[in-house]
This record gives sequence, structure tokens and C-alpha cells, in this order.
Amino acid sequence: MSLLRSEPAFFDNLPEVRLPFTSEALASLKAGQLVSLSGTLYTGRDQTHRRLCALLDEGKELPVDLKGQLLYYVGPSPARPGRVIGAAGPTTSYRMDSYTPRLLALGLAATMGKGARSAEVRQAMLAHGAVYLAAIGGAGAFLSRCIKKSELVAFADAGPEALFRFEVENFPAVVINDLAGRDYYELVAAAQKKGEG
Amino acid sequence: MREIDSNEICQAVRDLAIAAAHDLEPDILDALLAARDRETGELAGNILDLLLTNADIASRERIPVCQDTGTGILFLELGQEIHIRGDLNEALQEGVRLGYEEGYLRKSVCDPLTRKNTGTNTPAVVHMEMVVGDRLTIRFLPKGCGSENMSSLVMLPPSAGTEGVVRHVIDRVLAAGSNPCPPMIVGVGLGGSFEKAALLAKKALLRPVGEKSDREDVAALEERMLREINAKGQGAHGFGGITTALAVHMETFPCHIASLPVAINIQCHAHRHKEIVL
Repeated sequence: MSLLRSEPAFFDNLPEVRLPFTSEALASLKAGQLVSLSGTLYTGRDQTHRRLCALLDEGKELPVDLKGQLLYYVGPSPARPGRVIGAAGPTTSYRMDSYTPRLLALGLAATMGKGARSAEVRQAMLAHGAVYLAAIGGAGAFLSRCIKKSELVAFADAGPEALFRFEVENFPAVVINDLAGRDYYELVAAAQKKGEG
Repeated sequence: MREIDSNEICQAVRDLAIAAAHDLEPDILDALLAARDRETGELAGNILDLLLTNADIASRERIPVCQDTGTGILFLELGQEIHIRGDLNEALQEGVRLGYEEGYLRKSVCDPLTRKNTGTNTPAVVHMEMVVGDRLTIRFLPKGCGSENMSSLVMLPPSAGTEGVVRHVIDRVLAAGSNPCPPMIVGVGLGGSFEKAALLAKKALLRPVGEKSDREDVAALEERMLREINAKGQGAHGFGGITTALAVHMETFPCHIASLPVAINIQCHAHRHKEIVL
């Protein structure tokens, strides 16, 4: 089965950004920009967030220092033997909204998932100088190949909801919320409205 | 009376689960190809290209199309001339368990209160119907929850009428934004009762992508809703573009004179479904 006229060429010319972000790189990101990420990031989804916040409630230390890091909302499928990981696309971000401001207050620099964030999360991002990116939902097989190393950090018993450290290479993502407070989903809606007017 | 061994059913379900996670069917691939070819938005066009590449990698390298390999939804049409040797329900669940374990699929089913993962992706949801004949048709629809969570059911007053139904569906779909991984397929169940409407909406997703309703008036509404959804320009993943939905499928059933149930079941672009006839 080959459905493509060619492999998508647009990846060759994407701005490359290292993870964790430098403050200059973070400031350079613009809503609507497609970027290519390389470096290390951490993962977590529903149960991971519940447990991280439970640790904070108990006044305990988190299993990882999130300061300056990117947290990717993903619950990967199991790796086949000899593979780094299974499919690993983003999950929907709004389910993490109620936990996110607390993690941003700890210095978390970026989150990545899919779909829009709440007003509270956007306010917290502005207050703490953080960004939000969308990875490509439903492209789990493609994104699996961009993950070069996967290491379990905490919450092993949560299965796919455990906290992992990933090393990624040329991992594509779209900037949704930038440091200037722009929201790409809103920009799309505004442009459409203008077109109708 | 024809006999089918439950072990044969178990094996078939296992194979369907693994195939569904890795190999998209021609109907959804054709719909994505057509969407890519007509897309004018640059970013959306690139994303549609990427989704096709993803389907290709998934099939060749045996990596699931999406990490959310879903809750197993099984639709069975059981011919009344068939006698099944063994425990049918047990065979279905064991088939799902084996498929998710041996196919390296993600186990995503948990207790609704404790949130403890069952570890096997069971129980699967089973819908069974008796039909005439001596065949057993099994359809497997692994349903991811980015899209399932954007679904809804409402009991409209009959005074809402056709316009009320159309507006409600369009508003709900657009409010979902990029959460359900558009371009999506919108299943609508109209009429019946509370639970019947929901089942109709899900069954609407089993129709080949883009196939119109047999009812002319319903087909016209499907087309209108699709046009109005896409006119809003949200596009693939909400990145702007002309294809937010690939199709709207609506199934209807007569309802009470006091009632107008409307169920909406959203399906993401990773529309995985497999079928076998035994």
C-alpha cells in the first residue's frame, strides 16, 4: 500500500527547536508555526497528573523536576520486541486543564497534546511564561518513529499512564499558545469570520 | 441447523482486533486521499499528507495507527439457524483479550470509579442482533475516546423540528473543535428511545464513509449538515481548512409523539473497523 505521491517534504524545512527549550527559543515560538522538536521531554496523562498533584498535596517531592521541561500528554501503546515504543500520538489536553496551573507554577515551560486549553490554563501560561503545542493526533505510528529512547521514570503500575522520559528527534508539533498570549485555534476562527464578513 | 465452534469465533475476534488497529480500510483511506487532494489550507494539507503516511507506516511496520486502540465495540448479527458450541460471550471477550495482548495494543479499559485498569482491555461492549439465515457477521470497532468524549445525547422537544436537529448537530460538532481529531465522521441517531438513539448513532459509523442514507430526505440533511460544518473552516485538527468532517451519517427510527431523541457519536479520522462473516 503506498498512498503518497512522496514522503511529506514539508518536514525538511521546519524550524528545529531543541528540548528542553532555552528561554530564547521559547520566546521565538509563534502561534500557528509548525516546528520540529529534538531533545528530551517528559510524558503524563490523566492518572499521572492525579498522582503528581496528590504528591504536591502531601507536601512530597515530585519524581522529576519539571522546571523548564516539556510535558507531553501521551499514553503509548506497548513496544513490540526490539522497538523503542509503540504508537505515541497525543491525547486530548482539556482533561489535564484542572491540574496544569499547579505544574506551571512549578516552572513547567511547555505542555503538548491536542485541542484547546481552558481560560485558566491560558492565564497561567501567560503568568508563568509557558507555551502550549499540539502534536498530530492520530499519527501515532509516524510519531513512534520520532521517539529514539523511552525510559520509565515513575508510576510503573499505571501502565500506559506512567511517567516516561522520551528522547525525540524531528518530532513535529504546531505552536498553539505562544508567550504573546496568542491562540492559534482562535486565530483560525477569526480569519474565517473575516472571510465571511 | 449449522454449528459454529466458539473457539473459531474467539480466534476471529482476536484477528479482527489486531487487523483493525493496524490496517485502515479502503473507505476511510479513500476519504482521506480525496480530502487531501481538495484541501486548500497549507497546514491542513500537510497534516492530511502526514495522516496518509501514518496509515502506510502503521500497516507496513505493524505499529498501531493510533496509540488509543480503543474500547472494543462488537456488533454481531447472528443467524437464527446457527447453533454455537461453547460459550459465545466468553469467546468474544477472550478474543478481545488475546488480540490486545498478542497484538501489542494498548489496554485502555478501567473501572469507572476506582480508575483501575482491568489490564486486558475487557470487557468489550457487545451488541447482538438475531437475523434470518445461517451466518454470523462480526464487526469490530475499536473506539478511541478523544472522539467518543465529544459525543452527546439530547431529548429535544418535537417543536424543535428538523431545523432544531440540524442546528443542534452542527453546534455540537463545531464546539468539539480539534478535540476529536478532525477530519471526523459524524454519526447521528434520530428517533427511537433514549438508548436506541445512541445505538443508531454508533451504527451510523458502520456505514462505509460517505455512503448516503437510503432515505432521500435524510440524505439531503446529511449533505446539508456536512456542507455547513465544513463551511466554518476549522479543518483537519482545527488548523484551518475545508474538511472538518469527512461525512455525516444519520440513521432514523420512529419515536414517541412526545419525543425527539438526537444522539451524536463522533468518530476520529483514525476510523478503524473490521468485519468477518462466518
